[in-house]
Formats: sequence, structure tokens, C-alpha cells
Amino acid sequence: MASILETRGLSKRFGGLLAVSEVDFTIEERSIASLIGPNGAGKTTFFNMVAGLYTPSAGEIAFRGRRLNGVKPNQITSLGIARTFQNIRLFSNMSALDNVLVGMHSRLKASTLGAVLRTPSVVAEERQARERAVELLEFVGLPDRDEVWARNLPYGDQRRLEIARALATQPALLLLDEPTAGMNPQETNALTDLIRRLRAELDLTIFLIEHHMRVVMGISDRVTVLDHGVKIAEGTPHEIQRHPAVIEAYLGRGASVAPAPAADGAGRPEPAAEADR
Amino acid sequence: MSWYATAIQILLIGRANGAIIALVALGYTLVYGIIELINFAHGDVFMLGTMISLTIVTWVPSLMGLRRASQMPTELIPILLLVALLASMIGCALLNMAIERLAYRPLRRAPRLAPLISAIGVSFILVNIGLHWKGASPVDFPNMHPSVSLDIFRDVLGINTQIFFTVKDLLVMLLAVPLMLALNLFVTRTRLGKAMRATAQDREAAAMMGININQTIALTFLLGGALAGAAGLISGMYNNSAWFFQGFRGGLMAFTAAVLGGIGNIYGAFMGGLLIGVVAATSDFLLDPRWTQAVVFGMLILILVFRPTGLLGESTPERA
Repeated sequence: MASILETRGLSKRFGGLLAVSEVDFTIEERSIASLIGPNGAGKTTFFNMVAGLYTPSAGEIAFRGRRLNGVKPNQITSLGIARTFQNIRLFSNMSALDNVLVGMHSRLKASTLGAVLRTPSVVAEERQARERAVELLEFVGLPDRDEVWARNLPYGDQRRLEIARALATQPALLLLDEPTAGMNPQETNALTDLIRRLRAELDLTIFLIEHHMRVVMGISDRVTVLDHGVKIAEGTPHEIQRHPAVIEAYLGRGASVAPAPAADGAGRPEPAAEADR
Repeated sequence: MSWYATAIQILLIGRANGAIIALVALGYTLVYGIIELINFAHGDVFMLGTMISLTIVTWVPSLMGLRRASQMPTELIPILLLVALLASMIGCALLNMAIERLAYRPLRRAPRLAPLISAIGVSFILVNIGLHWKGASPVDFPNMHPSVSLDIFRDVLGINTQIFFTVKDLLVMLLAVPLMLALNLFVTRTRLGKAMRATAQDREAAAMMGININQTIALTFLLGGALAGAAGLISGMYNNSAWFFQGFRGGLMAFTAAVLGGIGNIYGAFMGGLLIGVVAATSDFLLDPRWTQAVVFGMLILILVFRPTGLLGESTPERA
């Protein structure tokens, strides 16, 4: 399969802090890839570089062969990458429908003059956009909530609305930043199903950051683990679950029953310093 | 004059000045809504709007070899008005956009105080342009046609009343109201208007929706400038004067109106403008015009103390 997103030696430095360090990473078309790691591992920084909100300090990002370094966020959206945010960032003073319509911004052509004069082509385009927006709201499980203000929606529905809004940009690659954060088990299961349907029914490639291990292990084709900005492991959920470096990163050295990996290079040099963790 | 006739008269005067204030206030509120900057130069853009329209209104008749606009053939007057309006709106729109590009955009990531000081600097520059251009004293802004001073009730309709309502009063409304409706339509109905509202609420999320942030901010300044330009013409026409320092008072009144209505809120700026206009007219009549500014700013202080988010305002959500 062809790769949709590829990074080579990707790094981001904030002053003295190396938030992401020389990460090589690939996502296959139509796969579900997860990025995990302890808090502060650089996951969201990595996302922000892919989405164009941060410019990489070094290295390359390519989307379907096109270099993304220095491309503006709105242009990246037009190329076909959409995202949701870790802390929900809806347009809270707009209706659910308007939020989705804003998502369609880059796909609509109506000029301002046309919109004010309401020429037939604009009216037709607007009607199609609304129909499409209503469909998207139904797809994510928010039927009949069109006119509700985003900020008045329950928390779980806001997460769904954020996904609908991202879908409105017609992405090929969807970045989900902790989509199940703060959800109860039922909501989490429903959202996991939704993510599966995104790939099955809309042919999307999904790249997610997630802390719920059950979600990650349940839906991912590939899992990548970051710790202190460094990629420490990569593989199928099955491989990751028993990877010693991963267990160490999450629980500290000594928690792993397996012997320390010799080949990985990410093992900590001073076990004594880790002992009090 | 009976008390109710006085009251109606105050309302009429207040409403006309209020409409002008509201147009300027919209510029403050649009810009604040989108980049959280109090654009202190905005009042002076409004002043230059009056200067631009004054120039057109005196220059066009001189091209025709006439001394003043009122000597022009009656049928050409609406065209002159339209040309002056467009020149002022386009001039101020481009000026405001250039100010954003040169003075504010380079400071977009700087601490919030930096663009504010930059705005005050731009204000000084514009005031001095006005001073250099039209001199230090207030300049007469000629009536374009004798009929604008006609009283509609007595002279046109033949009704005997003590209330003055001139053609000029009517004209203020005929110009200001459609502009405000058009702005409202633009912001709520068009794709770019939606993009503006989205950018105001969350800039990064809006960028992720494919919205070009720089363009959207430039568009906001363009709209604010155009409205200030229209207000400049209307003010010159209504008050028959143009003065390089009028932007200071007008700007502060409009700023107060925007805060009163809830800064960032378009309907709020509109209502706040009308309310300030009426309060100012009441104070002019009941107290003394010299007290009016004190009354208006006293009101601003009371709002800030008791309802800091304004009449229609709401607290801005914390950004993460």
C-alpha cells in the first residue's frame, strides 16, 4: 500500500526543549494509526506540525509526496488534512450546522457579491452545502441538533460535532487528538465505532492520539510510541503491548518482566536514577 | 415648546448622531472581535472620511466652474453624493487595511500592549495628516443642496408642529440603516462572513477549516474602514463641519458605544451607538454641551464597573 503521510527526521525545538526529536514515521493509505506516549511526550506537537500550526525545526513532512514544511494551515486543509483538538475548540457561539458549514469554507466557491445577491448558482450551492452538513451531522450521530448552539451541546456531542466539522473539509487524512478524552465507557465505545465507520464508509485514513489503551489496541493497525520526543517503538498493537521500552516509558524501569532490550537504543543508561519512580 | 415635543426633538437629534456613532462603533467592535485590539486610530480614519468627502464635494463643482455644490443642477446632486460616499468609503477602507498591514500585522505575535501603542501612534499620524490637509480650524462642510435644510413636517407636508425634522435628518437614516443591514447580511449570510465569525471565535481552529486568517483579518479592517468612511461623509453633511480633531471625540464616543453594547457584538455596537447619541443629545439640552463628554464617559465608567461585558456582551471564553 502507498503511504499517505511520511516524516523524515522530524524535529521541533522550543528554546532549550526538544519536543520532537528526529521522528521517522509513515502512515499507509486507509489505515488507522495511533500515536501514544506519556504526557508531554510530544504527541500534540507532532500533530501541530502535520497540521501546519507549527513549523518543524528540522526534517521533512510529506503528504502524498507533497512537502508540507512551511505550508499554511488553511492550505494544508485544502490539500486534504483535517483535525480535531484535544481540548474541544468548536465555534461555540454558532449553531451546530454553522460549525459544519464553516468547515466547508475551502470547498465552496460562492463570491461575496453572489452570496448577497443570491444568484441561482449560489442558492443551489448553499442548498447542497446545507444538505451535506445535515448528512454529516447524522453520520456522526447528531441528527436534529442542527440549530443547537455548539456550546449548549453535551460534552460527548461536542466531540462528535468537532469530527463532523473536520469531515466537512473533505479530508483524506483525519487527525484526531484524544477523541475519547473525558468520555465514559459507553461514549468511548460509540466513538470507537464511529472511527471505524470513518474508514469503512468514507475511506479515510485516521491518525489518532489516544490515552485509552483499550481504544488504541482495539482499532489501530499500527501504533507508534513517543517518549520525550523520541520514537521508542512502532508496530502492531500486539507488538506494542509487550514491547519492553514502552512498558518502561509508561511505568518506569523494573516494571517490565521482559529483559531490557538491547537493540532499541532508547533504554535508559542509569537504572539507579529510575529506581525511585 | 411642550415637553413631549422637546423629548421627541432630543430623540431625533440623538438618533441621527447615534447612527453616525454606531457606524464608527461597528469598526471598533469588528476589529476587537477578530484580533482583540482596540484600534485607537479608527476615530481618525473616520475624520479622514469627512475630509475625503469634503474634498470631493468642493472639488467636483470647481471642475464645473461653480463656486459651491449647491449651484450644481439638482439632478446631479444625488450623483455627487454617491461619488463622495464611494470615494470616502473606498479611501477609508484601503487606508484601514494598509494600517493593519503595516502597523498591526507585524506585531500580531507581540505582547498585547505593542499593537495598542502602535494604534495610538497611527492615530497621531492620521491627526497630523488631517491638520496638514485642512488646517487647524474647523472647515465648513457646505450643504450640497438648499433643500437638505427643509423641514419635512412644515415645509414639505405642511403640518404645523414645533418639531424639526429636516431632509438631512432623513438622509442620515437613508444612508446609515442600509449600510448596517448590509453588514449584518454579509456577516450572517455569506461564506466570508462566516469565516470572519469563525476566526473571531478561534483563530487556529478557523485556520484548520481552510480559512485564510490574514485575508480574513484584512477583510475585517476593510469593512470597518468602509463604514467609518460612510460615517465621515454623513457626519460632515449633518454637522456642516470638518475638523482634524473630530476623530478624537467621535472615536471615543464610538468606542464607548461599542463597550456599552458589548465589544465584539455587532448588534451591541448598533444599539450602543443609538443610546450614546440620545444620551449625548439629552445632556446637550438639559445640562450643557460642555458637560456631554463627562456624562458619556461617566456612563462608560458605570458600565465597566457594573456590567463589564456590556449590554449584549458575553464573557469571552478562555483560550487554551
